[in-house]
Amino acid sequence: MNDIIRMTAADLATHLQSGEISAVDATQAHLDRIEAVDTDVHAFLAVSSDALDTARRIDERRAAGEKLGPLAGVPLAVKDVLVTTDMPSTSGSKILEGYMSPFDATVVRLSREAGLIPIGKTNMDEFAMGSSTEHSAYGPTRNPWDLDRIPGGSGGGSAAAVAAFEAPLALGSDTGGSIRQPAHVTGTVGVKPTYGAVSRYGAIALASSLDQVGPVTRTVLDAGLLHDVIAHHDPHDSTSLKDVWPSMADAARSGARGEGLAGLKVGVVRELTGNGFQAGVQSRFDETVALLTQQGAEVIEVSAPHFEYAVAAYYLILPAEASSNLAKFDSVRFGMRVQPEGGGTVEQVMAATREAGFGPEVKRRIILGTYALSAGYYDAYYGSAQKVRTLIQRDFNTAFEKVDVLVTPSAPTTAFKFGEKLEDPMAMYLNDITTIPANLAGIPGISVPIGLAPEDGLPVGIQVMAPQREDARLYRVGAAIEALLEQQWGHTLISQAPALGGK
Amino acid sequence: MAKDALMDYDKALELFEPVLGFEVHVELNTKTKMFSSAPNEFGSAANTNVSPVCLGLPGALPVVNEQAVRYAISLGLALGCSIAPSSRFARKNYFYPDLAKNYQISQYDEPIAFEGSVDVEMPDGRIVTVPIERAHMEEDAGKLTHVGGSTGRIQGAEYSLVDYNRAGVPLVEIVTDIIYGAEADAPELAKAYVATIRDIVTSLGISDAKMERGNLRCDANISLRPRTAAGEPPAPLGTRTETKNVNSLRSVERAIRYEIQRQAAILASGGTIIQETRHWHEDTGRTSAGRPKSDADDYRYFPEPDLLPVEPSVELIEELRAALPEPPAARRRRLKADWGFTDLEFQDVVNGGLLVEITETVAAGATPAAARKWWTGEISRVANVQGVEASALVSPENVAALAGLVDTGTLTDKLARQVLEGVIAGEGTPQEVVDARGLAVVSDDGALIAAIDDALASQPDVLAKIRDGKVQAAGAVIGAVMKAMKGQADAARVRELVLERAQS
Repeated sequence: MNDIIRMTAADLATHLQSGEISAVDATQAHLDRIEAVDTDVHAFLAVSSDALDTARRIDERRAAGEKLGPLAGVPLAVKDVLVTTDMPSTSGSKILEGYMSPFDATVVRLSREAGLIPIGKTNMDEFAMGSSTEHSAYGPTRNPWDLDRIPGGSGGGSAAAVAAFEAPLALGSDTGGSIRQPAHVTGTVGVKPTYGAVSRYGAIALASSLDQVGPVTRTVLDAGLLHDVIAHHDPHDSTSLKDVWPSMADAARSGARGEGLAGLKVGVVRELTGNGFQAGVQSRFDETVALLTQQGAEVIEVSAPHFEYAVAAYYLILPAEASSNLAKFDSVRFGMRVQPEGGGTVEQVMAATREAGFGPEVKRRIILGTYALSAGYYDAYYGSAQKVRTLIQRDFNTAFEKVDVLVTPSAPTTAFKFGEKLEDPMAMYLNDITTIPANLAGIPGISVPIGLAPEDGLPVGIQVMAPQREDARLYRVGAAIEALLEQQWGHTLISQAPALGGK
Repeated sequence: MAKDALMDYDKALELFEPVLGFEVHVELNTKTKMFSSAPNEFGSAANTNVSPVCLGLPGALPVVNEQAVRYAISLGLALGCSIAPSSRFARKNYFYPDLAKNYQISQYDEPIAFEGSVDVEMPDGRIVTVPIERAHMEEDAGKLTHVGGSTGRIQGAEYSLVDYNRAGVPLVEIVTDIIYGAEADAPELAKAYVATIRDIVTSLGISDAKMERGNLRCDANISLRPRTAAGEPPAPLGTRTETKNVNSLRSVERAIRYEIQRQAAILASGGTIIQETRHWHEDTGRTSAGRPKSDADDYRYFPEPDLLPVEPSVELIEELRAALPEPPAARRRRLKADWGFTDLEFQDVVNGGLLVEITETVAAGATPAAARKWWTGEISRVANVQGVEASALVSPENVAALAGLVDTGTLTDKLARQVLEGVIAGEGTPQEVVDARGLAVVSDDGALIAAIDDALASQPDVLAKIRDGKVQAAGAVIGAVMKAMKGQADAARVRELVLERAQS
């Protein structure tokens, strides 16, 4: 059983296809692992009671000779921001405690159709607001590398589940780094696809113009396999692209064979290195860049002068959209309802419910966003932020005229300790300084593990960014980096993670 | 509700100039809603025409109904507007339980159609051009029913029920520019304007346009400004009120007249007009204060990030332009000629807002003259007495059927009026009322001859006169026969038979 949980999704899929491992066995092994370690990790908010039945049906269909998708029978963890019909969907908030959706998110539907087995819903900062999962209404998730540290956020649950071998694959959502930053601090792989590549239908919206669903895995190839399942045009999402995508799994395989690095122009963003970056994060990043040069890549320093305004612009656009997106949580049609003492008008019931149902970070951002959109302030705040957004897109365009991909450390620091930044929202916000620009520009980004920081022994990731619609390029380069490093180390990074729960 | 002081209308016009503006909401009759595949149907059981999108469920996203966009473009073109090559939806944020998402998706600073005008025909035949500022797309809200209070309003209610069937129904809101110069005809212009919009959307086939169902809703903005002496600059515009709940053409006219008289009384006594919405009460013929409204209302509009801009192709716009029905004024000219009505007759029809009804009645088989006679005559009279729209009383098909029964001699005009009364009372089609009430003309000559012979026998002096060639004397006998037949006889036939029997 130990073998099953430590397999990559690609290997597990091969064994499932050959019949050596059944979907039921694969599912049971992961359910057992959750049972064993999740008391410590707390990656899951709900575990599916249907998973074994679903797995049994997959086995029956395979036995009947039905042609199934390449990932059929592989368990999948689903971030709680994605609505599901068979498990509650809370988005990490008390206001949605126990909420059952009458429909599946499109990505969940596509995953089920591909034969993946949703085994549970993963923890997250409330409504995806945060970089540590400390803002989950259901308590934080712990980093499998060090249980006293944060697993990143908002998708700390998905990253920790994958890092702790509780699931081989997970779905996340990335509004300003919620897939990539958790991947960075947990030694896993996370991809934010091009905006519009993956449907947002059924993803409980944080900031509609920034949100994007993507894969969270232990290897680049696994991410590519899951990406191929979920990246399709969806008529339910007006911002969904109609592109027919090349296979990301194929791109990853070609990258792993070492194709594509020779002559690749790699841009290092001057504004996102050096000052403000933890020494061990910076040194691992520099070593990786040097490795790319050795392999024939041309490394060019590029400047993105407007990136310094990215965090400020982001923290106006996001709260503005969120303040409106979260207005629907009013107790009238679903979710928590709090009656003020002695009854109350509908307005008072709405206010009491939102007072009790939302946590402090959510309230902070609703207030911020409401203010930013107010008459008389709109131009100065929301309007200016949109202009900055355009300037950042131009910075990327200029950079991509010179280079094929951009690289940065995925986050400024390794995993910090619980409570370290909880009282200082600005410090927490700045942890996303590297990941936010990609969301503002709608371009894709990947975080790939590149080693441990010498000073604390915690994982570090490199972020690779490509122009819009060039997601395949990320997989090629990401897989190449992964293969080179594993060759150098003689093992995967995740294999160095400490054992959990003494089991 | 305290009674408002009202100034005499003519006096009010002497002192003030009424300034108007209208917002007309048109519910489009698309199969599905503005942003979801939920059915757009009237009269279904509460909360059955709903989807995750119109309920604002977590994770749901809107998708623009392309048919609604086509309808909106057609309407914009019919209003003489320019069609924006790119227009955008925005979110209008406010908390209200009939608004599932607590924001309404509406076009704000980038409407699909802008800067047009509509020619409106006044009761005296004059054409007034009403300037259109914009026509934009948006979604309707759900419907609240307040239970337990005496007024049906939210004040004093014990609880409220929400029906989201209407939530997300596609609307086009037509906003006029400020309308000056209507003067004493302001109420008539208001009515004629709304009737024209109704004609346009009906001829486009994009809305059921039934005001009593809320398919067509008019918010009437009105303010008064004091007149200044010749040579002096005009006074600044007065504070406006916005009257809602105006659910018939007749109410539009009455509400404007009422507001002019109410505002004039306040201003003349040194008071100030409060900028507010006012509710029109059909029963009392008054308006009452609603929500205070100010330009500072902050809806925190911002571009709807879930939707892309609406960018109709030039080809689509031209295709829709080519398919436009003739404009109402041209249509009227044509109908007047087709129907052979005199100026006076036609104005009667227009003023009664009965163009659509007569068109449909003629289409159902009646002669134009008969259709006009019924609609402008008896039906309008009953509508006036009952204080409702003529169109709400009886269908064009039933009017045509009624006219048919008169044509074939089954009914006399007098009998037909009784049948109409039955139809209006909901007793069925004209034929069903005829059968049930036994109202058909007695066409059995035998029965008539028996009655005539009785009458002639009892009035020998009359018989003698007729035989002397004084046929006008027959009137007395005819009257007696009609009375004996309880009116259910064709007077012309009776006359023929009287003359025949008198000679025999």
